[in-house]
Amino acid sequence: MTDARTEILSRIRGALGSADSSAGAAGTTGAAGTAGVTRAPSVVPREYRSAGEHAPGSDAVLEVLIDRLVDYKAEVHRTTPKDLPRLLARLIPQRSAERQVVGSSDYRSPDVLPTTPSTPRGAVVVPHGIDQAWVSAMGGVEVRTDSREAPLSAAELDEVDAVVTAARVAVAETGTIVLDGEADQGRRAVSLVPDVHVCVVRTDQVVQTVPEAVRLLGADPERPLTWISGPSATSDIELERVEGVHGPRTLHVVLLS
Amino acid sequence: MSTFLGMPAARDRRGPGPDAAPGTLSGVGRPEDPLHWGASFPDAAKAALDNGQLRRNLGKATSTIRTKRARVVGEVPDWEALRDAGSAVKTDVMARLPELLEELERNVTARGGVVHWARDAAEANRIVADLVRARDTDEVVKVKSMATQEIGLNEALAEEGIAAVETDLAELIVQLADDMPSHILVPAIHRNRTEIRDIFLERMADAPPDLTDVPRELAMAARAHLRRKFLSAKVAISGANFAVADTGTLAVVESEGNGRMCLTMPETLITVMGIEKLIPTFDDLEVFLQLLPRSSTGERMNPYTSMWTGVTPGDGPQEFHLVLLDNGRTKVLADEAGRAALHCIRCSACLNVCPVYERVGGHAYGSVYPGPIGAILTPQLTGEESDLPYASTLCGACYEVCPVKIDIPSILVELRAREVSMTAGSAGDTADRVWSAAMKAASFAMADGARFRRAARVPRLLRAISRNGVIRKLPFPGSLWTRSRDLMEPPKQTFRDWWDGREDQR
Repeated sequence: MTDARTEILSRIRGALGSADSSAGAAGTTGAAGTAGVTRAPSVVPREYRSAGEHAPGSDAVLEVLIDRLVDYKAEVHRTTPKDLPRLLARLIPQRSAERQVVGSSDYRSPDVLPTTPSTPRGAVVVPHGIDQAWVSAMGGVEVRTDSREAPLSAAELDEVDAVVTAARVAVAETGTIVLDGEADQGRRAVSLVPDVHVCVVRTDQVVQTVPEAVRLLGADPERPLTWISGPSATSDIELERVEGVHGPRTLHVVLLS
Repeated sequence: MSTFLGMPAARDRRGPGPDAAPGTLSGVGRPEDPLHWGASFPDAAKAALDNGQLRRNLGKATSTIRTKRARVVGEVPDWEALRDAGSAVKTDVMARLPELLEELERNVTARGGVVHWARDAAEANRIVADLVRARDTDEVVKVKSMATQEIGLNEALAEEGIAAVETDLAELIVQLADDMPSHILVPAIHRNRTEIRDIFLERMADAPPDLTDVPRELAMAARAHLRRKFLSAKVAISGANFAVADTGTLAVVESEGNGRMCLTMPETLITVMGIEKLIPTFDDLEVFLQLLPRSSTGERMNPYTSMWTGVTPGDGPQEFHLVLLDNGRTKVLADEAGRAALHCIRCSACLNVCPVYERVGGHAYGSVYPGPIGAILTPQLTGEESDLPYASTLCGACYEVCPVKIDIPSILVELRAREVSMTAGSAGDTADRVWSAAMKAASFAMADGARFRRAARVPRLLRAISRNGVIRKLPFPGSLWTRSRDLMEPPKQTFRDWWDGREDQR
């Protein structure tokens, strides 16, 4: 009995050979052993926009990004490096207090998942490569650091109230920020489990279109990528959008210039 | 010979029938074959049309999503150019499928992943069950996946004592209700909020007893129910929206974060993917990440897209298995006229615009792939005779919205023509004989003006058996027609009578 791999590949070659002698002929580059012909890529028309008309980080691009993010119910803030630490400090405890009134269906209701009493409220996790100046002024907030070498457990991540990360790139037209797992953005779990995600994006990282972002990310395609467009959401019940399901229920995007 | 576009004689299919009408708590049950279950399309459609609740749920949902899609597609200036590129990329993938699959396998393996090949559903289910059992666990979390629905993975795992927990909200609803999905993107589209509340209260042990039917509350109840499972699961199972051959990168597009949870938290990730999901290069993502979300949920971008390449040390699952699934796809590929069905990226835009789908819903198609794309994909995957190619008015709306320009109407016509030429060969078919007799009679009547005048009076007799302007059942041989259609009540007056009367009044 032939193995599945051999059989499937042979079925495919048979299927293409029996029905596709003309279409593939133009691109034929020669025989590859006994397995059949190797076809060169056929020409794909790429008349779509490969970049937007506005420069990355321009006012026009930022305006579109903000409009899209607000549409998704993300919260957008603009600040300078000088004011950033104070803004971050303000964002974390504030949201933490609000979350206590989510109601009986909140997953933290005691019969579902008890929280450890020793963990103080207002804890934030940051990836170890984050700019230390950002987190320096978070007075009264417990800052925990996570790295691939010294990761927090899922339960520990579940106990912190927020996460602060940087980003790799943002796409204005779709309102998307992309994390690529580098030291200032952290492991994927870090930006997923806490209920509040504060993502700091430098304005020069904001491009207008998806192709511009894909080109940039394509430089390191093996990195784990997370494309985030607003807080988690579902439209599974009568197609009525509900923001905040399993991912962070609150997304703050801080634009830094 | 002109192509016959009518509805053939209906056939009964094996498996449970949709006796449990949507609108009751329990669903249609899990069939033995997810690609072929329930009553024949004409019978199932008739039953569905009688269900007012179902039609209201569907009508509301499909019109909402159509509006959203039209708005976000309209704001993309190069939409048609993106469709052209998407279509050409997929054509290229099919022409080079063996090489691209080998390239994908090399790159996934080089990054620490393990690639498995499965000829059919049974083989894929066997591979996954063995992998899960070797990880010493009896519960896995699942990301919504059409491929695993198609192979009936959950049922296969259950037979091995492994509980597969669906984590997409709609799939969870379907699973709790022992139901089948009725839409590719929104599997519980046939349920309204009150039905969902009732399902949660009865079937979800930790649902709050005071749960209301407000969508936000229902979503929060699901969050609470699944949270601990996400944080403790050892194994996750997913499908894939795209696999990039030149980098070995897999992509899953989702909204709720259940995908991120499954793809990130467990130690082991098993991805089951149809062999047609490939794209050649990482750059090709720029086309599909624009086409899919806008076509699918009508959003500029879906909330979350995860991409991973093999294993990343210290981040996410440290063991990754990719199961490449044939299960009939090579049969579709061998069919030059129908192979474009493999270009489908499962956006479901064709369902939402289809006048037939909107009225009968997904269950009537008796396949996990309903709607226009299901009507061409399902019979091609199974290779069985099917009445699904007739579940269409050929209005062409599906082709207009398809992000990869699959010419569904032309493939439907082609499949119908084959079906007819196949059955024409079998002598003694009642429908055929009656059809041909009727054509002879019509040609006799129409050949002579006086004969036609007399013949045209006959339909008026039918008014006697109509109700509310509709005739639902004719005696034989007319029953061959009314089996799958209603007949409008004939007018009181023929056109000729009306014309004559009009002349008289002058």
